[in-house]
Amino acid sequence: MMPVPATNRTPRIPISTGSEWTFQLIEQYDREIARLAREFRLDTYPNQIEVIRSDQMLDAYASIGMPLGYNHWSFGKHFVESERSYQRGYMGLAYEIVINSNPCIAYLMEENTMTMQALVIAHACYGHNSFFKGNYLYRTWTDASSIIDYLVFAKQYVSQCEERYGVEEVEKVLDSCHALWNHGVDRYKRPHPVAPEEERRRQRERAEYIQRNLNDLWRTVPRARTASEPDDEKFPKDPQENLLYFIEKNAPLLEPWQREIVRIVRKIAQYFYPQHQTKVMNEGWATFWHYTLLNALYDEGKVTDGFMMEFLSSHTSVVYQPSFDSPYYRGINPYALGFAMYTDIRRICEEPTAEDREWFPDIAGAPWLEVLDHAMRNFKDESFVLQFLSPKVMRDLRLFGVVDDDEQSELEISAIHDSSGYRRVRELLASQYNLSDREPNIQIVAADVRGDRSLTLRHTQHQRRTLDAGTNEVLKHVHRLWGFPVHLESFANDEVVAKTTCPA
Amino acid sequence: MSYVIDRRLNSRNKNAVNRQRFIRRYKSHIQKAVQEAIKQRSITDMERGEDVSIPASDVDEPVFSHGSGGRRTIVHPGNKEFVAGDRVQRPSGGSGGGGSSASDSGEGDDDFVFQLTQDEFLDVMFEDLELPNLVKRHLRGADSFKRVHAGFTHDGVPAKLNVVRSLRVAKARRIALTGAARHRVVELEDDLVLAEGAGDEVTSRRIKNELFDLRKRIKRVPFLDTYDLRYNLHVKQPVPTSKAVMFCLMDVSGSMDQHIKELAKRFFLLLYLFLKRNYERTEIVFIRHHTVAKEVDEQEFFYSRETGGTVVSSALKLMAEIVAARYSPNEWNIYGAQASDGDNWNDDSPLCVDVLNKGILPHVQYFSYVEITRRDPQALWNEYQKLADAMPDRFAQRRIAEVSDIYPVFRDLFQKKVAAA
Repeated sequence: MMPVPATNRTPRIPISTGSEWTFQLIEQYDREIARLAREFRLDTYPNQIEVIRSDQMLDAYASIGMPLGYNHWSFGKHFVESERSYQRGYMGLAYEIVINSNPCIAYLMEENTMTMQALVIAHACYGHNSFFKGNYLYRTWTDASSIIDYLVFAKQYVSQCEERYGVEEVEKVLDSCHALWNHGVDRYKRPHPVAPEEERRRQRERAEYIQRNLNDLWRTVPRARTASEPDDEKFPKDPQENLLYFIEKNAPLLEPWQREIVRIVRKIAQYFYPQHQTKVMNEGWATFWHYTLLNALYDEGKVTDGFMMEFLSSHTSVVYQPSFDSPYYRGINPYALGFAMYTDIRRICEEPTAEDREWFPDIAGAPWLEVLDHAMRNFKDESFVLQFLSPKVMRDLRLFGVVDDDEQSELEISAIHDSSGYRRVRELLASQYNLSDREPNIQIVAADVRGDRSLTLRHTQHQRRTLDAGTNEVLKHVHRLWGFPVHLESFANDEVVAKTTCPA
Repeated sequence: MSYVIDRRLNSRNKNAVNRQRFIRRYKSHIQKAVQEAIKQRSITDMERGEDVSIPASDVDEPVFSHGSGGRRTIVHPGNKEFVAGDRVQRPSGGSGGGGSSASDSGEGDDDFVFQLTQDEFLDVMFEDLELPNLVKRHLRGADSFKRVHAGFTHDGVPAKLNVVRSLRVAKARRIALTGAARHRVVELEDDLVLAEGAGDEVTSRRIKNELFDLRKRIKRVPFLDTYDLRYNLHVKQPVPTSKAVMFCLMDVSGSMDQHIKELAKRFFLLLYLFLKRNYERTEIVFIRHHTVAKEVDEQEFFYSRETGGTVVSSALKLMAEIVAARYSPNEWNIYGAQASDGDNWNDDSPLCVDVLNKGILPHVQYFSYVEITRRDPQALWNEYQKLADAMPDRFAQRRIAEVSDIYPVFRDLFQKKVAAA
């Protein structure tokens, strides 16, 4: 199971000595790393390693990592933005981008040294890849084998619409959908995968069906009320959190093609949904494995000391966590936190202390590969932190919680990394990774089917947090999609505290 | 199992479309930036790209998000001296330990800045401009052709092989070459039946031999011969194109001080860039004048320091001469652009109008005059005004006082007119 440590008898024959890479060397490194990954029982999709230039990397950046996306000005904006900061030297390019697909596509940059290529292969092709394949969120929400096909379908469909209805019309719908991007996600339902031809066929059916049924919902001819019909018929019956879904299915004035575009944006948002919830776990996992795999390679004598020095120097900067008062501080570095946690889980399994036995009786002393595998598969950031953040990691990172209350003139330190604070800090950090805590809770509560057809959204305030100034702009987008007035009510403790209407 | 793929040769600029869309969306901002840039640049680097900055709020993509305020709890790393229950001052500006990390409410009001490439810059600069009345089109020399189909030929490259034609010819050849033999075969077959019926062994063997030879001969005719091959033939046909010449007339007399000359040069430089970029086959004639006019090359036009008194008509006369000698108005679309401070010998101005009216305007498509001065209109302007009133679609004059006027005036003079006819 474990790689055999190098002894003095086995000669150290490195795979390569220089820093230049070649395709042969990449294949050789990949073979060695794949062998080690198998020994560590990492289960991965097949890899498709693509070598690209830095400007292609910028392209990939701009399209939020989608290998092919429909055309939209906002991608152009991201592109010019990152191009500029790259040219100015404000930003180094990421060494890699990896796409959750089957086969798993990883981009390697031409400029990287051999060491960096090996690091990226270990990180992306075996770290991220096994995470994509194993974690329950990805298994539930994304379908790695069909995503590329779906993106092709989306790109073609959008460009067909552009030809037929004009770039500007399509752009308007896309703008509006992007504004609701974060609210186009089903959080509790599992979609099932569909093949691309099937998708096209269904798209036509959907278009027809919806158009027919909407008319029914919005029938204008007044009907005599029968006794059986309750007076206060509510629509929708329950509040809806997936705004884009509700709009796609119920907006009265959308054309079939517009509905399909809403659907495309919704599908893509859904595809990215797990990535937002597993930042720490995913990056930590990949970092842990590139560290473990390359060290194993070194132990076998397959890489040189120089290789290790370069690798460790990049690794250290990846997991560097500036403290809160540093000018470089940008919040908690997910790579650092994730790496520290996985490393610590391994330590708890292999060399548990008395503290670990008290805190983690289940895993202290258990086989580490199995525990890690279990941790990777069955959690998301929030629950992962809640379950596995150990006092040692909190002490090492010197974590502390701060309460920032706008009714108080000062900040209050609510808990620190001491025995009375461990649990509190852990809870706070976990809730920090809770998506529903970070994004405002906005739901559709009513569509006035029989009256003025207005749509009512409810924002439920959490900890007295209000919406920001961009809200009115977003409402305009909702209004564009819905076609009739849109109300937004802000609730605090079951009372309406603010009300906005668009058009005002 | 892994596959390694080299994608470095894949197409560049996958995002070109998105970039275009972005630029189109913020066109008004970009146009403003370009105009600013033209104003500030020295005339030697007019062609560079440019940094465009757009207020961040204008390129924002709004989403529902939390504003500031309320109660939030944040976990930070790197505790040094705090213990639970400590109260600390809220850091100013929302940065540092307080709320910077978790707050997702924008990062201040910095402008969104990006670099316009040289191409894009010039595109914006000359968008919607054109040479007016570019109508004369003529067949001419060897630079514009289209290929048209012109029947078939016996030789050609394999790519142009016409399969249907070739097989048709082959079939015809086969019929022609084997016709007599096949007739004979039919005859002999009848004879053979008779001979065999009569039991004439000798004749039937002879007939059988002959049939055998004939069939062999028919078989020897090839299915397809090189003689059969037919190729599509394309010939080049000249396409009528428009020929245009632009005369640039610049006053370099003593009254034109350094500032005014600079403005005039900027104007012509814009014109020069515009023609070079948008009209490949346009010739440009540079004329500079003080008391005498001289045809010069581009280098001398923009950089020579020679100066003297002012006789504007000299330049116009020279232009008329050059037109007569080299640019037949039947063939050429002729344009003129003149820049001066308007300072002229008083009795020369009517002469100018006369030369223009009789010698130049009848032949040109469009003539524009810019007067660069901060003073009141000079004699030349007043005289020219009559022409402008009489022929508004052939003659136009504008005034430039500041650097910032040049680009708007230039746009105004060469604005695309919608269906002027």
